[in-house]
Amino acid sequence: MANAGDILLRVEHLTMRFGGLVAVDDLSFEARAGEITALIGPNGAGKTTVFNCITGFYKPTEGRLGLRHGDAGVWDALETLTDSGRRSVTRDDGALFLLERMPDFLVTQQARVARTFQNIRLFPGMTVLENLLVAQHNRLMLASGYTLLGVLGVPSYAAAERAAIDQARDWIARVGLTERADDPAGDLPYGAQRRLEIARAMCTNPVLLCLDEPAAGLNPRESAELNELLLTIRNDYGMSILLIEHDMSVVMEISDHVIVLDYGVKIADGKPDAVRNDDKVIAAYLGVADDEVAEVEAEVGL
Amino acid sequence: MAPEPLTATQDRGIDIIGALRNAVLTGLLAFVLFLPLIGFQTVTNMRGDLVLNTRWGLLFSIVAVIVGARFAYAVMLAPWLTRRKNRPLTLAPSPWRDFAGKWIVPFAIGFAIVYPFVVVGTVGFGGAVKWIDNFGIQILIYVMLGWGLNIVVGLAGLLDLGYVAFYAVGAYSYALLAKEFGLSFWILLPLAGILSSFWGILLGFPVLRLRGDYLAIVTLAFGEIIRLVLINWVDLTNGYAGISGIPRPTFFGIPFNANDDGFAAVFGLEFTPVYRTIFLYYLILALAFLTAFVTIRLRRLPVGRAWEALREDEIACRSLGINTTNTKLTAFATGAMFAGFAGSFFAARQGFISPDSFTFLESASIVAIVVLGGMGSQIGVAVAALVMVGGTELMRDLDFLKAIFGPTFDPTQYRMLLFGFAMVLIMVWRPRGLISTREPTVFLKERKTISADLVGQGHG
Repeated sequence: MANAGDILLRVEHLTMRFGGLVAVDDLSFEARAGEITALIGPNGAGKTTVFNCITGFYKPTEGRLGLRHGDAGVWDALETLTDSGRRSVTRDDGALFLLERMPDFLVTQQARVARTFQNIRLFPGMTVLENLLVAQHNRLMLASGYTLLGVLGVPSYAAAERAAIDQARDWIARVGLTERADDPAGDLPYGAQRRLEIARAMCTNPVLLCLDEPAAGLNPRESAELNELLLTIRNDYGMSILLIEHDMSVVMEISDHVIVLDYGVKIADGKPDAVRNDDKVIAAYLGVADDEVAEVEAEVGL
Repeated sequence: MAPEPLTATQDRGIDIIGALRNAVLTGLLAFVLFLPLIGFQTVTNMRGDLVLNTRWGLLFSIVAVIVGARFAYAVMLAPWLTRRKNRPLTLAPSPWRDFAGKWIVPFAIGFAIVYPFVVVGTVGFGGAVKWIDNFGIQILIYVMLGWGLNIVVGLAGLLDLGYVAFYAVGAYSYALLAKEFGLSFWILLPLAGILSSFWGILLGFPVLRLRGDYLAIVTLAFGEIIRLVLINWVDLTNGYAGISGIPRPTFFGIPFNANDDGFAAVFGLEFTPVYRTIFLYYLILALAFLTAFVTIRLRRLPVGRAWEALREDEIACRSLGINTTNTKLTAFATGAMFAGFAGSFFAARQGFISPDSFTFLESASIVAIVVLGGMGSQIGVAVAALVMVGGTELMRDLDFLKAIFGPTFDPTQYRMLLFGFAMVLIMVWRPRGLISTREPTVFLKERKTISADLVGQGHG
């Protein structure tokens, strides 16, 4: 579908206030198709808030969140779509969505943005396979004639379910859980639960995958496996990934583009290497003012 | 080597002195507690004065029973429980267990099908009505209601304390439409289901955002509102007096009466009211099977999986593109539909309905059946309905208790007390119900039962 390198997600002037607290302040950035874009920053910088705005869990106070399907040319329609007051526009060459106007489930269902959570949210009492089938809900719902045909037992639903199980089986194999496919998700070790949550998000057939700290709580070996999984998802599926991460080994190794937030404001935006050496970023991570960085670095021996 | 003999003595030796001391202490406590409650009784005598009677005999016999029970528990039951707790958790696969697991459901279904004939064969036509009606039909109504509520509470995890409202809507729909317009049972049965599910959706909308206790309270209020409307809208519902003379269902147009065109005459049989009862029995059995069949199907469909996912984690559901509003509403509507079917059957069977049949106690009993059976488990719910409804019906027949407690003793008065005891016992023994494990709806290699510890209980 989309050519790699074209803009997929355009965040413009995103502001989110909770009462008097400004969690995200006038943030603008772009995520490109087929790239891994990382969103980093110290604790409380507003990263997860940005995620919640993109995935429809929060309604932003201000700002525009545009997402494109298909050809990059559909961005032309952005202004007309904004003025029309509608949520999305579909043309022959693609579609454009304004995520800030959509409720959470439509962001996944129609705009096809999938997400994972910082504290894993699987369905612990359902098996690994069932978790992945729930993710394919909307397709199966159509195939079951919104339940009515399914209750009557039409064969077309059985075929659709088999296809869904096949897709789930592929993903189970890809995240290395084939042996445990029939075990409840709550019984899996932590690292496996993280991978399963990513597989579940991928089963919704997204165009953009948003991962909220996928490496949190993983040991170095698991974290290396995760890097590999994310690179496979990017390379084999051409998936665009938006990533929140604290683990710098993950961020620096796999991201194509890094955005740094501090107190809800963007302080750096660029290639991983450029960001790594940015004075403002170092200052934010060390928690000191810009002009004291050299002094502190000398103290801690950087 | 040292720990070995120590554990051995702990296992074998029973601390008689400790048990005695405990029993005496418990007895003392019981004496203090029951002295004012049971030991004294206020009676109004002939002159209208209030006099205090003492009931030492009763008091001491109760205390003695308590002391004995406490002693027996400490000496016999407690060591057995400890041994049970310490034994390895893995169950040895026994052929008996496999056999029972495989055949118990077909056997139960088969028994339900031949039950009326077994009854007629054993007690004859004379006594059959009582056994088929009070036990068979009554239990099956509650099995069906339990299975219907199971969709809302067990699968979707939404605690609904006003379920009887939909049962009432079904019953009144049938009663009013059949009396006013003379429509037949077979037209009104689906119509009652549709009307009930409409009310289910109506209740669903305001409670979509509520969870836990708040959801329970609003559904409870809804149940009461429906009942109060039925009482007070006298023009329509005839208030407390209820609706009588509701047309009875016919055998595809052939009425069950003693006339020449009645069921018995047409089939060349001698007239007896048992035929109608047997017909009603098979009707409710078919309705209950329909409920079970549809629920089993629904669990394998995306909507059923979405219900269970909703019970596990609502936010994760939304992140997967599931419209939780619609999912909750379909759960309420489907559950209500089965209550509507059961309600219209109830009205047709009774021939008379009044708001008294739809009190909160009914809702509570249905919730209790679902909770005792194990949320989400159909077999568990059926067993719980059998025990709770059948058990309370059986108590009407316990005449031998009069020999023990005196001729004024009425066992049915103690139904609720025993009910409560049973519930406390089951909740101590199996906190998540008789069958608390979950069967996965789909599997790749092997169907593994999921332990109750992992399965969510929903948010309300």
